[in-house]
Amino acid sequence: MRVVEKRQLLSAEEIGRTLQRLAHEIVEKSGGTKDLALIGVRRRGVPLSQRIAAIIKTAAGVSVPVGTLDITLYRDDLSTVAPQPVVHSNEIDFPVDDRDIVLVDDVLYTGRTVRAAMNGLFDLGRPRRIRLCVLVDRGHRELPVEASFVGRLVETSDTEIVEVRLREIDGEERVMLVDRVT
Amino acid sequence: MLQRLEHLLGIEPLTREQITFILDQAAPFQEFQKHPLKKLATLRGKTIALAFFEASTRTRISFATAASRLGADQMNLQAEASSLKKGESLIDTVRTLEAMRPDGIVMRHSASGAADFVARRIEIPVLNAGDGTHEHPTQALLDALTIRDRTGRLDDLHVTILGDILHSRVARSNIHLLSKFGAVITLCGPAMWLPREFEDLAANVRRVTRIEDALDGADAIVVLRVQTERIHEPAIAAEEYILGYQLTPERLRLAKTEAIVLHPGPMIRGLEIDPGVADGPQSCVLEQVTNGLAVRMALLYHLVGGAPTDAPHPAGSDAVSKSSSSSSSSSGAGVAKGSANAAG
Amino acid sequence: MLLVKNGRVIDPASGTDSVMDVLLDGALISRVGANLGANGAEVFDAKGLIVAPGFIDLHCHLREPGQEMSETIETGTRAAARGGFTAVCTMPNTQPVNDSASVTRGIVERAAAAASVRVWPIGAASVGSKGEALAEIAAMKNAGIVAVSDDGKPIASARLMRQVMDYCRALDLPVIDHCEDASLFAGGVMREGSQSIKLGLKGIPSQSESICVGRDVEVAGLTGARLHIAHMSTRASLEYVRWAKKMGLQVTCEVTPHHFTLTDEDVQYDTHYKMNPPLASRADHDALIEGLADGSVDAIATDHAPHHPASKDVEFDRAPFGITGFETALALGLSELVHPGKISLARLVELFTTGPGHVLGIERKIAADEPADLTIFSTEHKWMFRAADSPSKSRNTPFDGRTFQGAPMATIVAGRVVYRREAAASAK
Repeated sequence: MRVVEKRQLLSAEEIGRTLQRLAHEIVEKSGGTKDLALIGVRRRGVPLSQRIAAIIKTAAGVSVPVGTLDITLYRDDLSTVAPQPVVHSNEIDFPVDDRDIVLVDDVLYTGRTVRAAMNGLFDLGRPRRIRLCVLVDRGHRELPVEASFVGRLVETSDTEIVEVRLREIDGEERVMLVDRVT
Repeated sequence: MLQRLEHLLGIEPLTREQITFILDQAAPFQEFQKHPLKKLATLRGKTIALAFFEASTRTRISFATAASRLGADQMNLQAEASSLKKGESLIDTVRTLEAMRPDGIVMRHSASGAADFVARRIEIPVLNAGDGTHEHPTQALLDALTIRDRTGRLDDLHVTILGDILHSRVARSNIHLLSKFGAVITLCGPAMWLPREFEDLAANVRRVTRIEDALDGADAIVVLRVQTERIHEPAIAAEEYILGYQLTPERLRLAKTEAIVLHPGPMIRGLEIDPGVADGPQSCVLEQVTNGLAVRMALLYHLVGGAPTDAPHPAGSDAVSKSSSSSSSSSGAGVAKGSANAAG
Repeated sequence: MLLVKNGRVIDPASGTDSVMDVLLDGALISRVGANLGANGAEVFDAKGLIVAPGFIDLHCHLREPGQEMSETIETGTRAAARGGFTAVCTMPNTQPVNDSASVTRGIVERAAAAASVRVWPIGAASVGSKGEALAEIAAMKNAGIVAVSDDGKPIASARLMRQVMDYCRALDLPVIDHCEDASLFAGGVMREGSQSIKLGLKGIPSQSESICVGRDVEVAGLTGARLHIAHMSTRASLEYVRWAKKMGLQVTCEVTPHHFTLTDEDVQYDTHYKMNPPLASRADHDALIEGLADGSVDAIATDHAPHHPASKDVEFDRAPFGITGFETALALGLSELVHPGKISLARLVELFTTGPGHVLGIERKIAADEPADLTIFSTEHKWMFRAADSPSKSRNTPFDGRTFQGAPMATIVAGRVVYRREAAASAK
């Protein structure tokens, strides 16, 4: 599949400012950080959740626990994916029961990933509340899923793809809109 | 990218990399065993046929549980009830199973080569759960996982395998696996069960008939059970065996202090293994059981889950297309990225 | 009358190896010489081909009576003719066992009606080949048997072997033994060795064969009888035979083409590599070739053992022992022994003609008034053996799809051409 870049949605600086805003919103709208925990959805939700936790620590002086969730085993589209994706472990070293969880991911699209993430969380225990924080919401929901914390809302077409590049994984920092070329 | 496994018939044809991949993939499933709710929907809608032509409780339950926890359905074939006893040939039994369209077959059979026989004739992934005296690959994999977790490594170990080597598929699979990681393997047992040709199976295999010579410097000891159901020859008396080959606490002291003891089960306490050793701190038998579940879940996931390798990559599939940066070909995309993390 | 012209006649009995013509008149050879005139005879142009005395297969299984789903006298002999054989000795392990004159007569009559080549039955040594009572060997000899054997099994004990040998010496019949020690054989399915250990298949030590060969050679010494070792497969067995010959005993032996072609390393789980005796170790294989070259081995015999396809399509442990062999025997002899220079072409011809003849106590030669049995073959013709094209009812061969250089081109029995390779069929 070939893609062509259409335009940049967020620069490195804009990503940074967006994460700052999201971190502050989370703290404001959580009624206290006592039971708060961030869980990053593999892959790019992970560095995002870690950065948000770091910002919260600097800004509010609070250490919010951060965990990693691998949703491979919970996907509902496994039988159409080829070949078999590699599974990874979760890394959640705190109990999930009664927690105020904020799931962090890079892009919200059909909502299936979030559904899988929730299935995964419920296997680990019973959180008090789950909310969703995403860097980009691109619409085209196929399930009734909403994000409580949205970095940027972008209108996209079906053929377009939102590509998030983060330095921890991709060695560069920007969000782009690309289009599939047939 | 690791080649997708079509069947798992034995350890001998696998590379070191393939084995490492399987062990690494078992880790998330080990973690999964600690979840309060042990049920996934990953293989929902898939059916695993458990074709056990040879009596087995532990391995069958382990595979059944693995399939269940992945959300798969099962078809159960057991030797006692099977038409095999009524003279139906293996090929007809298998074709009957195939007609019911399972997505994978886990098979145990008393004839060496039976899994190979079925895999050549059927278009469904076959997982060998033990064929005659040939191989028992999942046992070797779970043993390796246990050794790796307990000792922190799999390379260049000194491993002693103790017991009826000649009739043991566990011994053969373990020899193949460990020698791919540079192990020095000592085989020890009564001479008539320890033919010279085992030294040709792999590099660095030696045989001794005195247990005292077998344990010095061992990092891991695999204790085999005495296979009364496979022997055509007159058996050795129990007291003789205990005298010569039982792993007692005193004998265990001849190995390294941190040496670990494994047993494929079921154990006959007081015969091949002293109860104190079986229940002692060096024994890994319980971890072997949980690791067996994790390994089997990982294998079922990889052999049975997902589409055939040439299925087209659907457009708009959420998670995969989102996280791909430069997607050149559809089949390469998700996995190429994933495999970069596989070692981690 | 049939004039076989311009062929290179190799006749071991007379030491002939030159281009000559052979004139056949009815069922006998009329003349042998250079540039014979046709005088109205049909002409077969054997230019570029070898003309040898008709090949004899000392050991085969035609499965009739009783196992006709695997082979019949008709289908088996058609395959034998395609292999260049003019006479085949069929073993008695049929159903019923050929242990009586009436069964022997049945085979002889059936062969007269339907066989493409001569069928010489071998009678059982003991009733039902059960190893207890002596079979009615004299009556069977009158009915046409050429030797005695309990093949499929060894002759059960040294005591029985002694009785059989004494009896057969008086009747001037050779005793053929399938050499095996049952207690060492014990449910094995392939040769014991590194490969059997690796595959987890129960192994049969080579001593299972040689212990029995040793026993038989001793009893031959005791009785002075003619002993022939069937499908010999080990160096130790060969040493016993060499020793016996040196002692002046009338002991002979045969080796099959699969034993001088394959080894135990070729066994995976394909049942087309399962036979008894099993494929040998490399060391034994090499010793057999030495024996074929130095004359210690008297004959090549196929042990053609057809099994209908369904019976072989099972797990290795459960498959019956045996493979077919008529059509590939000569080609394997050429490709494994002659082309690589291990034996001469003349020696190969001996192994198919005078060697078996000596075992049976008959002559095999190209000379006036001899039977008009000829095997005409090419050492160059390239072809591929396809089991599906065989007239045999069975397909159990490890050589399906193998290409060869050298093939039987025509087979003449009692003056009739019973097989002729089609030129069109020879195209690859």
